Amino acid sequence: MSETSLVAPKPQTPFQRVVSDFCEDKLAVFGLVLVALALFVAIFAPWISPQNPFDIGSLDLLDAKAPPGSVSGDGKLTYWLGTDGQARDMMSAIFYGMRTSLFVGFVSVVAALGIGVVVGLVAAYAGGRTDALLMRIVDIMLSFPAILVALILLSVLGKGIDKVLIALILVQWAYFARAARSAALVERNKEYVEAAACLALPPSRIVFRHMLPNCLPSLIVIATITLARAIALEATLSFLGVGVPVTEPSLGMLISNGFEFLMSGSYWISFFPGIALAIAIVGINLAGDHLRDVLNPRNLR
Amino acid sequence: MLVYIIRRLMQAALVMVVMSALVFAGIFMIGDPVAMMISPDASDIERDAVRASLGLDKPLWLQYLAFVNAAVHGDFGKSFLAGQPAMQLIFERMPATLELVFFSTVIALALGLPMGVYAGLRPKSVGAKTIMTGSILGFSLPNFWVGLMLIMVFAVLLPDLIPGFPRLPASGRGATVNVLGVRLSLFTADGLLHLLLPALTLALYKGALIVRLARATAREVLPMDYVKFARAKGLSENRIVGVHVLKNIMIPIATVNGLEFGQSVAFAVITETVFAWPGMGKLLLDSILLLDRPVVVAYLMIIVVFFVVLNLLVDLLYSVLDPRVRLESRAT
Repeated sequence: MSETSLVAPKPQTPFQRVVSDFCEDKLAVFGLVLVALALFVAIFAPWISPQNPFDIGSLDLLDAKAPPGSVSGDGKLTYWLGTDGQARDMMSAIFYGMRTSLFVGFVSVVAALGIGVVVGLVAAYAGGRTDALLMRIVDIMLSFPAILVALILLSVLGKGIDKVLIALILVQWAYFARAARSAALVERNKEYVEAAACLALPPSRIVFRHMLPNCLPSLIVIATITLARAIALEATLSFLGVGVPVTEPSLGMLISNGFEFLMSGSYWISFFPGIALAIAIVGINLAGDHLRDVLNPRNLR
Repeated sequence: MLVYIIRRLMQAALVMVVMSALVFAGIFMIGDPVAMMISPDASDIERDAVRASLGLDKPLWLQYLAFVNAAVHGDFGKSFLAGQPAMQLIFERMPATLELVFFSTVIALALGLPMGVYAGLRPKSVGAKTIMTGSILGFSLPNFWVGLMLIMVFAVLLPDLIPGFPRLPASGRGATVNVLGVRLSLFTADGLLHLLLPALTLALYKGALIVRLARATAREVLPMDYVKFARAKGLSENRIVGVHVLKNIMIPIATVNGLEFGQSVAFAVITETVFAWPGMGKLLLDSILLLDRPVVVAYLMIIVVFFVVLNLLVDLLYSVLDPRVRLESRAT
């Protein structure tokens, strides 16, 4: 404690403790800043982009593959990060790409978390055959690499943001189901659950109103790490050509587009979207890594 | 034990049936493979002839039954495009992938293990902190982008800027030699050069994992009594770390490497695409994009068997190494 006053320090709420513990680690705060930056860019893309990259009419093909810092043909615009093969301003494209990437990541993780939590809690509370069956399915899901399952799924589903979302949710829910089950198994044997059962509360109420809140902290940590993985996975799928459609490029798609120009020395078309992607993923991982330590009850002082 | 193995194999068979049926039915919903194979101005009669020659004129369930019937006799169909048996096509490409995975494992171990042990020995040093932050980067950076950047630096930028800097090859396998009937790049200088960048890309993630694992285990092992005893005996630090500590670190490293082997094969799809490495991952992706169903389904069957066997082996090994692990009764 840094306070030297004689008055006992105010007891902290759990939330305040988490915040103050989190801020102790500079690297984690740095990670959070990166995440905030990525979020800002993603949310405000339409207002802060110098150009609308989807408006084909505004593109001037003479400006194609302009290196970073060059000025557009009509002298109105400076391409700080260069342009791609269709004369799209890379900075605007990255802003919009970040929007798609983060959107896909967030939605898929939230949905997978929802499904996983329900499956995990039901398995833990019901036990017996239900538990065995559900966990067997989870085992099978987890025994195959996510990238391969997603690739196969998309080969069946086809292209599109909705299809990518389905594939990502299907490969991610099992992680949450297993984590939720093991967290719930610990909670199930605690007295408050017994007490609630004695009050003859319906099982659904015990599971979702009593056990769920106590399982959430560990699930949130897993969700942050999974979010980083989901964004990377979506980028990879888009890079491989089975992800988002060309009309709504994510960061992975932009990197893929730049691939063909890489050998001729136009590095910026691939380089800068990759940096943007790395900022988002590294930021989430740095923050999530420390969040795990902060939320871990074993590290309570 | 036997019951356990049989149950697992039956599970695998079920997964194979479900997955193959799913892909079989699903892959044609995206597009028509015949349209991809012949020129768009071919007449309808030609089109139907191609369709009939591939057996695609029959109803889907009949096609699937025919496939299952042939598959249990060991015939997984011919590739629509190459005209070769799909299995043969995959097995031809397999050595390239395995070679890549093997070489990248060697790189990951050679770089990751010393760095992880060092970070475990001196956790407060600047070097250790740099290594740990670096390992988060290794985890986070998307694999394919790292590959692209390696190409940019070592195949384009550096050779352009510094005269005399060797231009590392960025695509293909280079010269190969036949070893026992299998084509390998590992034993020619040109092949090794071609192998370098893709293997480095693939090694990054695994190396980062090994760094973190080695550090954590080293930190766990160092305060133990036998290490203290070795110190008290006056053994040199090199011997303590190199023999006594390292032995204990190798156990989890070996386990994770076994498990990660499958992951690497999966990740090789990406690396192979970036570096145009003619392995089976690239074959899968090309086949998916060209709707070459027999190859996709055959690949799927191989990969299911592969992962089931791999996981089974790991589980069995566990139960042999640690008698406390019981296979039959799942602890709840």
